[in-house]
Amino acid sequence: MECSAGEFKHRAAQKLGDVKLQAALRRLQDKFVDGRAAALAELDGFDSLADAAAAVRERALADLDGYLLRFEREAIARGAHVHWAETGADANRIVVEIAAAHGVRTAAKSKSMVSEECGLNHALEQAGIRVTETDLGEYILQLAQEPPSHIVAPVVHKSKEEISELFHEKHHTPRKTDIAELCREAREVLRPAFLGADMGISGANFLVAETGSAVIVTNEGNGRLVTTLPRVHVVITGIEKVVPTLEDLATLLRLLPRSATGQAITNYVSLLTGAKGERDPDGPEQMHVILLDNGRSRLLGDELQSILRCIRCGACMNHCPVYQNVGGHAYGWVYPGPMGSVLTPAYQGLENALDLPHACTMCGACGAVCPVRIPLPDLLRRLRERQTERGLRPWRERLALRLWAWTAKRATLYAVGTRAAAWLLARAGGKDRLLHRLPGAAGWSAGRDMPAPPGRTFRDLYRERGRR
Amino acid sequence: MSARQRILARIAAGLGHGAEAGANGAVDGYIERHPRGPVPRRAPDLVPRFREQAERLSSTVLEVPAPGPVPAAVAAYLAAHGLGTETVCWPDLAGLPWAASGVRAAARPARAGDMVGITGAFCAIAETGTLMLLSGEDTPATVSLLPETHVAVLPAARIVPAMEDAWDLLRAERGVPPRAVNLVSGPSRTADIEQTVTLGAHGPYRMLIVLTGEDFDDV
Repeated sequence: MECSAGEFKHRAAQKLGDVKLQAALRRLQDKFVDGRAAALAELDGFDSLADAAAAVRERALADLDGYLLRFEREAIARGAHVHWAETGADANRIVVEIAAAHGVRTAAKSKSMVSEECGLNHALEQAGIRVTETDLGEYILQLAQEPPSHIVAPVVHKSKEEISELFHEKHHTPRKTDIAELCREAREVLRPAFLGADMGISGANFLVAETGSAVIVTNEGNGRLVTTLPRVHVVITGIEKVVPTLEDLATLLRLLPRSATGQAITNYVSLLTGAKGERDPDGPEQMHVILLDNGRSRLLGDELQSILRCIRCGACMNHCPVYQNVGGHAYGWVYPGPMGSVLTPAYQGLENALDLPHACTMCGACGAVCPVRIPLPDLLRRLRERQTERGLRPWRERLALRLWAWTAKRATLYAVGTRAAAWLLARAGGKDRLLHRLPGAAGWSAGRDMPAPPGRTFRDLYRERGRR
Repeated sequence: MSARQRILARIAAGLGHGAEAGANGAVDGYIERHPRGPVPRRAPDLVPRFREQAERLSSTVLEVPAPGPVPAAVAAYLAAHGLGTETVCWPDLAGLPWAASGVRAAARPARAGDMVGITGAFCAIAETGTLMLLSGEDTPATVSLLPETHVAVLPAARIVPAMEDAWDLLRAERGVPPRAVNLVSGPSRTADIEQTVTLGAHGPYRMLIVLTGEDFDDV
């Protein structure tokens, strides 16, 4: 997927004024934020479980090569093929080659953010292969030709009326108003796509090194269909998804659905290990696993390494006051919200996502809800520092900070300057003691007033107290 | 150098260990031990806990004393929901007296158009009301997936407290996982449209779980 994170400010401003989007985002908060809280309350303790989950992920990362090699060995022993891809383009090429080798003309996909990263659908279509997204949300987006706006609920930005209109237009069926009817219609339209597909493509929420299994966590059952019916199954996933053992998987599964949608467990958790055996009556004849790097290995040993623990639950974005107001599309790449504001600069280049680490109020909510203890606010702060270190901030900001530093280092000048500024601002505040306009920050003051300082500086007050 | 070698070399360099350190024995040693993480403590009564959780996920749970009465219980459920009498079932379960209860059970993988699928389960997990289904020669994965109604039959004695116990059982009885291990917790659902939960997405719309008091082997 093309990265347009550079347009964050412009897009965010648009999204703030989008009434429909604002209503959709409020719904997300009601369902996912409250749902998560209720689901976690059932556990004996979130903290001990989150500590254990973070330890599982850190263990896997600390010996990532070892666990990947063990995964590869076990998967091959069970008849799967394992491919390694350095970039999204490499992954796409591998899928196209597999398709060509097995005469694949149609593919059915379950939701995979890694495939969005690669732009896989486009590459398959270029190769003449018809791809159908089968996750309801992703299917709606494929019809509408839009990217997902949330990693768990990709179509959160659309209302049922918009979806009804879209189905009416694309399926040539009468307009439906009931959500259950819309779901039934999608089921009926998509069933032939499952039954007729030559290739099933899925992501993997986890890879289990112990058994060589790919694990997919789904509710709709489409993940099961695309990994059972087509004769070729391709898993495309990131190298960081490996976990050591089935017990470690159990620990993470206690937190992933609860953190994501407030479910104690998803309807389906499928462990897929190898191709169908001689005596198996169903299942794919071929299983291929593509392990994608695409910038991940560079983060090992780096200060940002902990972002590789991420299990893609989406809790950080659900709780983020910025995401809650601008939605996922404003972020401009596959991963939105706090985790995306770390991943996008990390994978797409710091200079291509300058605003994302700043799209954060440092409220700390993302770090507090993260089930694998990723210190997201720290990582975002570190990215801000890197921008400054590399001279990537705008010249006006750099000049302003340099001026401030120059003044702050001169005690007398600083005292005089602040006193003058406080006096001026107090005058400007007038009777109601509010500043209606701030020079250089018109956007900020367009929707709110700045309380004016009362006219005396901290130093004045400090001196007065000392006298008493 | 292949992509595989380059990726592994970058990982090793990032982690600050030698290229061959991936095979340092710590990995295999840890997997060999496979220690458990914190497992939530629950009441020891597995059947009530399983039933409570499964019902929360919109499944119907019936208990019968032995495998013999299963077909009659299933027939009553199908009749009550107007689901007909045509079913497809795991070859594993073909031996139950289906015909005597007026249920036609075709022992084969499911196809498009099958309306009711009857399966067993390898075991069940009380913590979350989950069934563990293993794919295999006589246990095709499609039967629990394609039909709109999924009926699962298993001995109540196969309910274990937590997922970790199910993995232990799998290791003890099968060694390695079969092609597909499916943990199934209620009928399929989606909340993609306006975050409103709707049952019956791409899998079954409804689910009946029949727990038998005696093991199948006892019959």
